[in-house]
Amino acid sequence: MEITFPLVANAVIAGLLLGGFYAAVSVGVAISFGMLDVVNIAHPAFIILGAYIAYTLNAWLGIDPIVGALVVSPLFFLLGAGVYRIYHLAFESRGRGALPGLAFFFGILFITEVVLILIFGVDYRMVKTSYSELSLHAGSIDFAFRLIVPFIVSVAMVVALHLYLKHTFFGRAVLAVAQDPLALRLMGVNPVRVREVAFALSIATAGIAGAFLIVIQPVQPSIGREYIGLVFAVCVLGGLGSVYGTLVGALILGLAETFTATFFGPSWSPAVSFGLLLLALAFKPTGLFGR
Amino acid sequence: MSALLQIDRLTKRFGGFVALDQVSLQVAAGERLGLIGPNGSGKSTLVNCVSGLLRTEGGAVIFNGSDISRQPAHQRIRAGIARSFQIPKPFASMSVIDNLCVPLLYATGHRPGQTRPGEAQARDEAFEILRSVGLDARAGEMSAGLTQVDMRKLELARAIAARPMLLIADEAMAGLSTSEVDEILQLLLSMKGRGIAVIMIEHIMRAVMQFSERVAVLVAGHKIADGDPHEVIANPDVQRAYLGE
Amino acid sequence: MNPPVKVALSNTRFAILALVVGAVLALGCQFIQNDYFFNAAYTVLLYAILSTAWNILGGYTGYVNFGTAAFFAIGVYSSIVLYKAFHLPLGLLIIAGTVVAGVAGIGLGYLTLRLRGHFFAIATLALAVMLFTFVTNWDYAGGARGAYVLVPREVPFGFPRYIRYLFTVMVGLTVLAIVVARIIERSRFGQGLAAIRDDELAAECAGVPTLRLKLIATAISGGMMGLAGTTFPFFISFVEPVGAFDLRYAVNAIAMPVIGGMTTWLGPLLGAILLGTVQQLVQVTISSAWNLLIVGVLLVGFVTLAPEGIMGWVLAWRARRSKRS
Repeated sequence: MEITFPLVANAVIAGLLLGGFYAAVSVGVAISFGMLDVVNIAHPAFIILGAYIAYTLNAWLGIDPIVGALVVSPLFFLLGAGVYRIYHLAFESRGRGALPGLAFFFGILFITEVVLILIFGVDYRMVKTSYSELSLHAGSIDFAFRLIVPFIVSVAMVVALHLYLKHTFFGRAVLAVAQDPLALRLMGVNPVRVREVAFALSIATAGIAGAFLIVIQPVQPSIGREYIGLVFAVCVLGGLGSVYGTLVGALILGLAETFTATFFGPSWSPAVSFGLLLLALAFKPTGLFGR
Repeated sequence: MSALLQIDRLTKRFGGFVALDQVSLQVAAGERLGLIGPNGSGKSTLVNCVSGLLRTEGGAVIFNGSDISRQPAHQRIRAGIARSFQIPKPFASMSVIDNLCVPLLYATGHRPGQTRPGEAQARDEAFEILRSVGLDARAGEMSAGLTQVDMRKLELARAIAARPMLLIADEAMAGLSTSEVDEILQLLLSMKGRGIAVIMIEHIMRAVMQFSERVAVLVAGHKIADGDPHEVIANPDVQRAYLGE
Repeated sequence: MNPPVKVALSNTRFAILALVVGAVLALGCQFIQNDYFFNAAYTVLLYAILSTAWNILGGYTGYVNFGTAAFFAIGVYSSIVLYKAFHLPLGLLIIAGTVVAGVAGIGLGYLTLRLRGHFFAIATLALAVMLFTFVTNWDYAGGARGAYVLVPREVPFGFPRYIRYLFTVMVGLTVLAIVVARIIERSRFGQGLAAIRDDELAAECAGVPTLRLKLIATAISGGMMGLAGTTFPFFISFVEPVGAFDLRYAVNAIAMPVIGGMTTWLGPLLGAILLGTVQQLVQVTISSAWNLLIVGVLLVGFVTLAPEGIMGWVLAWRARRSKRS
């Protein structure tokens, strides 16, 4: 294929926009896996759940999916708190390692997927918003609104999370909980409670990211799996537990995927994130910015 | 006489933090060395570097005449350096006696003149060791259900089962009652009979003074004293480090 | 007194016994007239091999593999490609697929087994998606459209139908898998794996070469999953990537040992027979989506509430009884 300027420029723009969305998808795992050491491989299932809830709200009430997701995000927060309680009672408090916990989350991933199939079937669902068809043109370069809107809200969400974790007492408690739970207890903070809230927060971001997903592309219950490798690749690339690192990792992955799709065909792009993940794990498991 | 263990200018960093700064230390065959120092002085880091769980940034570990600085942990115990863990790490799904069979089947038979026992022999030898530490009555029980003091004994017994030449006991007495401390102390003193040199890392000074033929002091990653126990304790630098002025 | 070693069958005797049981089972079933039975039984046996294989790494060593479907598909596709290219006989295809999947296991393990356990788990998911992408783009193996495999017209050894022959082969492979698992369980190797599962640092410090043992376990486990896939193209005769990489293999391979019990060879077998049979029945009577829901719910239920599985209940019951007497 001939490599022309518009082709490359479009790929760069699309890659960056996609990367912003990937940051929203992955930032929850940066919290749960990176900061809390809870290997929540069911995270993408909550994203797909969020996508279907946004879809349903839109179909019933005509609410914009992103607005709808923001409105129901407290429900996702509660759901996350509930899941963490079960996880804590069954695994953490009994001192059982992370590995049986993996099977637990794998089961949740699977149950969510099957329940969605039983309710909605296996057809692709999508949402049309007022901006779905619009795009900006700068010369031969396109900026599609269905990518720009999620991008902006994603980046806003990631930045807000970063500021929250850096500058509030609770945020610092989350960062401290992995390092020194005893010190937290001495300060009168219950580390389990901190972890519960942080995990709930991570699930709330998944719900919102689900709305972005259904704005960007049609959704089907089993596409969640494709995002498992992606979220972990982003988190490992970004250095586990760093929110801004996650954003950078996500942008890198977005670029890598669009370039692969542009020059080798879209059927190869799922392999990109997983390939990068394998490489990252093999050669630099602490991430590009890790210590 | 050449030393059994020779730690030569060992350096370990964690990011910018220097945990061990050019620490040199020697242990002779059969010797009993007490290693003391305030919390965070690098004692456990030193154990991890010598036993092979951490990689070092500089210096060398020479054991029994060969440089083992690059060897992984399982080769170091095969060479003869055993350790116990500060927080006991039993193989929880196994019985007490099976815990000892793991090192007997995996760590022995790698040095000249040693042969690895077969399964039945390993159990006999494991049982002998359990008897010597007073755990024979628990041989068939699951290791997860042991009391604290028995758990510590199991740690030491499992280390002995590797047929080591050197045992590093990392705070084997922390949190035990006075009489229990004495039990473990007797156990460590009995290593001489097996020809095993011991590095005892401990906070309980009574035990250190009773046990050690020599004492070394680590403070903030530096060795500040090394010699006769009573002289070391009287050393003003050591007193300052401990009493914190 | 030194507590006596539990008296148990030697490996040879166990192998002979397993072979006899397998042979009796395979022969006895030939009297069944309904061909559907053989389809269902083949699937249950397939799961028995997959969950036995998964358990060697997951149960004995404590490393979770989510990529069962990938290793299975390696077996499936190596058979498709080698059969298409060279028309190799089934026996050679079985060996080839096992070896290829085992080598893939070593490769994946070499990249990721140095890290903490959950990185390995995530990497196995990655492997599945990468291989899936690769296969859908591989035209020779049928690509995304899928590949037809013509079942040989001549059924070997005078079996009336090819499915009956495949079923019998599968019984043999299952016996093989179980014998291998039991040998590992009782060997020095198995004791090293158990030490890794209980506490990897302590194992390394007890002289266990943890990385090498994990690699060997991954190779055997992966190879055995490949083994399960080698006969599959002849079973369904049309293979598409979506089917070969179906997540249900990964889920079942985890759920069955978890439900049966992960510390012995019997657990995965028990889990596979129970859960596999239930699924075959539900598939016919209700629907396959409900089927998967049942598996998922059982997996989560057991892993949170009864982590020792059914064998855990059995052992606890036996212990209580022996205490009473």
